[in-house]
Amino acid sequence: MATHARGLTGAAAGAPTAPAVVVRDLVRSYGTGAGVLDGLDLEIGRGEFVAILGRSGSGKSTLLRALAGLDHDVPGTGTVDVPRNVSVVFQDSRLLPWARVLDNVVLGHEAPPVQARAAGIAALAEVGLAGRERAWPNELSGGEQQRVSLARSLARSPELLLADEPFGALDALTRLRMHDLLRDLLRRHHPTVLMVTHDVDEAIVLADRVVVLDKGRIALERRTPQGVARPGTHTSTHATLRAELLDALGLDAGTGTTTGTTTDRKDTP
Amino acid sequence: MTAVVQDRRPAPARTAAPPADVRPRVRRLGLRPPVPLAAGSGVALLLVVWAVGSATGLIDPRVLSAPWTVVTTGVDLAVDGRLVENLAVSLGRAAQGLVWGVLAGVLLALLSGLSRLGEALLDGPIQVKRAVPNLALLPLLILWFGIGEEMKVVTIALGVFIPVYIHTHNGLRSIDKRYVELAETLRLDRRRFVAHVVLPGALPGFLLGLRFAVTGSLLALVVVEQVNGTAGIGYMMELARTYGQTEVIVVGLVVYGVLGYTADRAVRLLQRRALSWRRTLED
Ligand SMILES: Nc1ncnc2c1ncn2[C@@H]1O[C@H](COP(=O)(O)OP(=O)(O)OP(=O)(O)O)[C@@H](O)[C@H]1O
Ligand SMILES: [Mg+2]
Repeated sequence: MATHARGLTGAAAGAPTAPAVVVRDLVRSYGTGAGVLDGLDLEIGRGEFVAILGRSGSGKSTLLRALAGLDHDVPGTGTVDVPRNVSVVFQDSRLLPWARVLDNVVLGHEAPPVQARAAGIAALAEVGLAGRERAWPNELSGGEQQRVSLARSLARSPELLLADEPFGALDALTRLRMHDLLRDLLRRHHPTVLMVTHDVDEAIVLADRVVVLDKGRIALERRTPQGVARPGTHTSTHATLRAELLDALGLDAGTGTTTGTTTDRKDTP
Repeated sequence: MTAVVQDRRPAPARTAAPPADVRPRVRRLGLRPPVPLAAGSGVALLLVVWAVGSATGLIDPRVLSAPWTVVTTGVDLAVDGRLVENLAVSLGRAAQGLVWGVLAGVLLALLSGLSRLGEALLDGPIQVKRAVPNLALLPLLILWFGIGEEMKVVTIALGVFIPVYIHTHNGLRSIDKRYVELAETLRLDRRRFVAHVVLPGALPGFLLGLRFAVTGSLLALVVVEQVNGTAGIGYMMELARTYGQTEVIVVGLVVYGVLGYTADRAVRLLQRRALSWRRTLED
C-alpha cells in the first residue's frame, strides 16, 4: 500500500534513516507566565504524517510556528532540527490579494521563472484548478483558495509540510474532498507532514501517528491503523483509537457523533 | 427605460407580465453604481452660478471677469502663444518637482518603514519638516539655491515628498503581519519581499499620497512662480496684476484649476486600474 511505503515503516525494511524532524527539550513561553511548551520532545520520521491534537491554547500553533521558524521574538530554549525545504499551509489560505493565483503559487519559487511557472501550472492542475491561473484570489471560493495554498506548498516540493488547521475554515463536505486530495497529493510527493487539527477523525484517517499535546508536553501518542508497520499486528481500530484520543482530550467519547467530531474550541474546559 | 421596468415590486398580474423580480428588501449601505459623467456635475454647477452672476450683473467684472471674457482672453493668449509657452514652463516645473518629490518620498518611506534604524534617523526630521510651511522655507531656499529654476524645483519637491512619505509609510506599516509571515515561510529575499509584498501592500497608501502630491505640486507653483519669474502661469498672473488685467488673472486661476482637477482625475483613474484586485465600497 502506498501509505505504508511512507512513514517509519521504511526503516523496518532497510537501514534506519535519520528522522526528518527532531525537537529536543523545547521550551517556549510568552511573557512571564508558565511555559506554553515545557520541555517538549518530538521526532518525525522521513515521509511520516503526524497529526497534533490538543485543547485550545495547549500550544499547538506555538509548536508549529517554532518548527517553521516564525517565532523570532518568543523567548525559549531547546533545539529544533528541520529539513531545509519547509512549507507552511495556514488556516487562512493566505494568498496575496494583489497577486493573481499563479503569481501567488510561484512566489518565492527557487527555480528560474519559466520552470517555476510550469511547476505552478502543474500544481494548480493537480488541485483541480487548471484554467484559474489568472484569477484574483478574491474571486475564488474558500475551498478553492485553500487548494491554491496547497498548490503553492506542493509546487516547491517541500521535504516538510507544516499545516495549522488547514481545513478548519471549510465546511464538512469540502473538508472530505480536501482529505482525498491531500492523500492523493502526499502519495505522489512524499513529504514529511505535521498537521494541527481539531478534528479527531481527520487526524485518524489522514495521519500515521497522532500526538496529543497537553500542558506543553506530549500527553499521548498513538499510531493509526495505516501507520502501523505490518497490517494485522495492530490492535486499535478506528473506534477504540478515537475513544482513547477523546479521553486524552478530556472529552467523553460517547458524546461525539461518528463523523467530524471536533474538540470544541470554546467549551473545552 | 420606463419606470415600470425599474420597479422591483411585482407588477399587477397580466397575461404578458414581465418576468417577476421579487427580492427581499435590504437597506443598501454601500454606494449605488456610479452614474456616468456625474463626477463633473459639481464643477458644472459652479460654472452656471458664475455665468448667471456675471450676466445679471451681480458679479462686478472688475472683481471677477465674466466666463466668456475669460474664454476670449484665454483664446487670445493661446493664439499669441503666451499661454502655451507659460503653461509649458509651469508644467515642466511641476513635473520635475513631482518626480523628485515622489522618488524621495517613496525611498524615505521604504527606508524608515522597513528598518528601525531608518525610522530612528529619518522619521523625526521629516515630521519636523512637515511642521514647517513651505512658504517659511522659501527665504532660506532662495539663499541656498538662488532665484533660478533650481530653487523652484526644490521647493516643489519639498512640498510633494511629505504627503507621499506619510501615506506610503502608513500604508506600508499597515500591511497585514500575516503576509510578512508568509513571505518568511516562502524564504523571500529582501528584494522580492519589497517587490511582491511591501510595494503592492503600500500601493493604496502611496496612491492617496500621490493625489495630495499632484495638487500640492501645482499649489507650490503659485508660490515659486511669483518669485522673480520670467515665465510660467504664475509669472503671467503677476504681470497681469501690475497692469490690472483681471481677466488674465482669472485665466491663470482657471488654468491652475483645470490642471489640478485633471491631474486628480488622472491619479484616481490610475488608482482604480492599479487596485482592481480590491473589493471595496468604491466599486
Ligand atoms: N503572541 C502571543 N502572545 C502572548 N500569548 C500568546 C501568544 N500566542 C499564543 N499565546 C498563548 O499561548 C498559549 C498557546 O497558544 P497556541 O496558539 O499555541 O494554542 P493552540 O493550541 O494553537 O490553540 P488553538 O487550538 O485555539 O489554535 C495560549 O494560552 C495563548 O494565549
Ligand atoms: Mg492554533
